[in-house]
Amino acid sequence: MALDSPDVTDGELLGGGSRRVTGDGSGGPALMRSNGVKHLLLVVLAWIGIFLLVKLLQDSNPFRVTQLATMAYYLPAIAGLTVLTGVNGQISLGHGALMAVGAYTTSVLLQRQESLPFIVVVLASVATACVVGYLVGIAAARLHGPYLAGATLALAVGLPGLAVYFRDFLGGDQGLRVTPPSSPAWFESITGDLGRGYVTVLGWALALSALFFLSNLVNSRYGRQWRAVRDDEIAASLLGIDLGRARVLAFVVSAGCAGVGGSLLAVVTRLTAPLSFTIVLSLFLLTAIVLGGLGSLVGAVLGAALLTFLPTFLNNQALAAGLDNSQAANLAPVVFGLVLVLVMLLAPRGLVGTTRTAYYQRRARRSRSTGA
Amino acid sequence: MRISRSRPGTMGIAALALGSLVLTACGSSGGGNSTTPDTPGASGTPGSSQSSAAKGRTAGNTDTTGISDTEIKLGTHQPLTGVAAPGYSNIAPGAKAYYDYVNDAGGVNGRKITLNIKDDTYNPTTTGQVVDELTLQDKVFAIAHGLGTPTHTAVIDQLNESKIPDLFVSSGALAWNQPEKYPYTFGWQPDYTVEGKIIGDYIKKNMPNAKVGLYLQGDDLGRDGAAGVKQFIASQIVSEQEYTSGNTNVAPQIGALQAAGADLIVGFNVPAYTALAVLTAQKLQYKPQYMFSSVAFDPQLVSGLLANFSKGAVSAEAGAGLLDGVSVTSYLPTVDKTDNPWIQLFDKVWKAKGDGKPLTNFGVYGMAEAYTVVQSIQAAGKDINRGNIISAIEQNGASFKGPWEAPFAYSADNHSGISGVGISQFKGGKIVQLEPVMTTGDGDTPITPAKVDPATPPASGIPE
Repeated sequence: MALDSPDVTDGELLGGGSRRVTGDGSGGPALMRSNGVKHLLLVVLAWIGIFLLVKLLQDSNPFRVTQLATMAYYLPAIAGLTVLTGVNGQISLGHGALMAVGAYTTSVLLQRQESLPFIVVVLASVATACVVGYLVGIAAARLHGPYLAGATLALAVGLPGLAVYFRDFLGGDQGLRVTPPSSPAWFESITGDLGRGYVTVLGWALALSALFFLSNLVNSRYGRQWRAVRDDEIAASLLGIDLGRARVLAFVVSAGCAGVGGSLLAVVTRLTAPLSFTIVLSLFLLTAIVLGGLGSLVGAVLGAALLTFLPTFLNNQALAAGLDNSQAANLAPVVFGLVLVLVMLLAPRGLVGTTRTAYYQRRARRSRSTGA
Repeated sequence: MRISRSRPGTMGIAALALGSLVLTACGSSGGGNSTTPDTPGASGTPGSSQSSAAKGRTAGNTDTTGISDTEIKLGTHQPLTGVAAPGYSNIAPGAKAYYDYVNDAGGVNGRKITLNIKDDTYNPTTTGQVVDELTLQDKVFAIAHGLGTPTHTAVIDQLNESKIPDLFVSSGALAWNQPEKYPYTFGWQPDYTVEGKIIGDYIKKNMPNAKVGLYLQGDDLGRDGAAGVKQFIASQIVSEQEYTSGNTNVAPQIGALQAAGADLIVGFNVPAYTALAVLTAQKLQYKPQYMFSSVAFDPQLVSGLLANFSKGAVSAEAGAGLLDGVSVTSYLPTVDKTDNPWIQLFDKVWKAKGDGKPLTNFGVYGMAEAYTVVQSIQAAGKDINRGNIISAIEQNGASFKGPWEAPFAYSADNHSGISGVGISQFKGGKIVQLEPVMTTGDGDTPITPAKVDPATPPASGIPE
């Protein structure tokens, strides 16, 4: 039973080497096998790149720095969702609500325990998101297709309402204010004053950590189990995989990532309010994973970038072209829709998946023509 | 045995995602059928402390970002798409039309006023993003007319930390009036407690036997308003019902008010819930009188919503009939008063600079705010900067004359806005005044008749 048939694009995450590990295992250089080291290197380099970018743009274009912070909170949530949907085959329309769980945990903790180190706050947010994810995951493991979509949709619609119901604790409609963590003295002595760029740099450190964690997890035993469950339940059970447990675990991991995203959203936005977590957020996350390519972490980065930069770009283009404000504001959803239709027609594996397939096909052709 | 593959097809997911975008677009400004969450109030203590060292909180700030010899750049965040767009999306175009009108006459001190309108979809996260764009990238001088309580709450700290004027928030929350904490922020419309107090006082004097049922949005809009009402008629209230924004079934609340024998419903809610309450009462054969706060009621919008919610069973005309006799607080002239000189002025401006559609009360609201901004810019003088415009409003704001029916309460210790409302009745398609405009403040400030002569607009239409 081919668990990972060559025409399915998945399991290929940061870098292109993972196929050899997860696939048929037919060799490849030893270096390529050591994905952990390679991914770590990539993540550290990416973080240094972001840091330098923040330093560079800090004075000349501070708005870009805040946009990078926005991208940092989308990224972990999108990455977690793409693993859940692309690798494990479960769909979630409720990831916006899981982000809300992370965001509210962060806001409540920062409000009541100002002295807590931020990393503790983030870990607590991940933990609560995981608990909620676990509860949802138990239900989700029994549901399929549209029923699963419906159940998670209910989560997205219902959960933010709790903030209104427990308004004394969670702030009701007007939400909870958040004071973002400030840069520790030792860090500032190395980096200089980053201003609001500190949150960007911090956000990317966490977002990239989440990516690193996911990329290794997906290439581990768990990732292989998840793919097996996705591709053929019966075969997977025959192999001794507990279907329910594998699904719940995938949901918990994905929820934890949404928790990181939510936690970052709270400190970037400085306010956690139910209106920030409407169903539209969940659906935008879903759009991002489809555009990027299901199951691909590189696709998740691309999806996060599209969600962050495309609306502003389109709005400004539309205004420059002479549309009025209201028309310009409507342009972004229209273009997202059109791009989605085009991607599905022309590149059904998403932007990353399609590029990668084209690359493999060309390489295969080349090796056919030169070799045997 | 399940045989179906559990992996959702990519196409299926794409279809869902596409559906999402359609959903998003549905709420956009054109399709005015959605709810209109206004600006539920924020908690916060009114900042009317007896500070003496108030002068010069912003004095050292001589920042002139966004000001050139020929231009003053303003920015605003508004719901142009999404659930709050119907109605509210007409406010900023009204303001912009008025600025364009002023610019055609040469602007203020030779500077043209440009208003950069950004859509925040009524989502606080997006508000943060667009205000960053306005302040960091477009480098506007000030944020003007930012709309909504939760949305504006997301940016108020950052605007004040960056010392950027935050003029005339479009919301009646008490939170904007904290000059110690937020020296750069000013409210504009009467706050919800002021409205509640004036309604309570009116009922006590004119309807002492009414059994009052409160119909409240379950947030600070409802709570601040109810607090004001209860100062006067706590003993007349027979029932108090809250609804949660987003839940469109208000039969339990209206049923409870009916069961308690309430014959006068006082509502602090958003326009969509006005329509729902009236429709639900009609279904229950319940015929109370209604009195709504200003944010709850606009005849055009609510009768449209009635037609919409009843799926055509109630036409827009019949809807207007259902609303006949409803009382409402107001502080601006309405578009049906075609003989009011302000409405004539704004109609002229809108015909020249608007989008060709008829002028709405929301457009009037936007123009009245823009009129206040122009007065503030004039008061700051030729050498306007981010510091002196604040002190100019604190010193001169209370004497600004304009279409508002009660004066502003602005001073160094008070950033709260219009200090009172009148009570009117919607009757035969017109809004008729029941009680002249009264003014008050928060807490136990007494209620007094407004001492203003009705201002008439200057001939040029531009404040002098």
